[in-house]
Amino acid sequence: MPIHQTANKLKELKTGQVLEVLASDEGIKEDAPAWCRTTGNEFLGMEEKDGEIKVYIKKTK
Amino acid sequence: MAEKMTLIVFSGDMDKALAAFNLAIGAASIGMEVSMFFTFWGLNVIKKNEGPIKSKGIMRKMLNFMNRGGAKRLGLSKFHMFGIGKWMMGKLMKDTKSPSPQELMTIAHQAGVKFIACTNSMGTMGIGKDAFIPEVDTYGGVATYLADAKDGRINLFI
Repeated sequence: MPIHQTANKLKELKTGQVLEVLASDEGIKEDAPAWCRTTGNEFLGMEEKDGEIKVYIKKTK
Repeated sequence: MAEKMTLIVFSGDMDKALAAFNLAIGAASIGMEVSMFFTFWGLNVIKKNEGPIKSKGIMRKMLNFMNRGGAKRLGLSKFHMFGIGKWMMGKLMKDTKSPSPQELMTIAHQAGVKFIACTNSMGTMGIGKDAFIPEVDTYGGVATYLADAKDGRINLFI
């Protein structure tokens, strides 16, 4: 449930703050940008290292 | 007003319940208002895991004995193999840290997903409200579902 956890965590942040998401599921690569498109938040990019994927999302809403 | 999504959960299979809850949670996480209408075999998903189900009449008693339900007891729609397949699937899910139907149900409830139990099916099967988990928000029939589905952007039957 990475997207659900992301959505919950982002609620706690203020507009303009950036959230770093750590995931092991490949799906996050497509899901995170898709989630950002539908919710209107900004997808900043991602990094992949040793099977761990880091995603950066900026709260814009 | 938030966009609406409705799901009819007709199936009482564990795998289908997983899909339904995953979709519901995903929709809630993009800010949609989600309702799940549990009907017929789908009622098994929202039954309590504990205690016997009280019902009147020999046929209903038999049905409710064989069709006990509860999120813990749901079988696989394929390769159930008298529970062996389910056990193996459960193990695979644990190994990959995938949440169980019960865990997903809790997450969905916390995310504001509305649970509706179909009173029509409950009547046929002779089950009362006491058979269901307290997370059930509404007990209603097809009109209750349609009132939500009419404005639904996404309406699914599972």
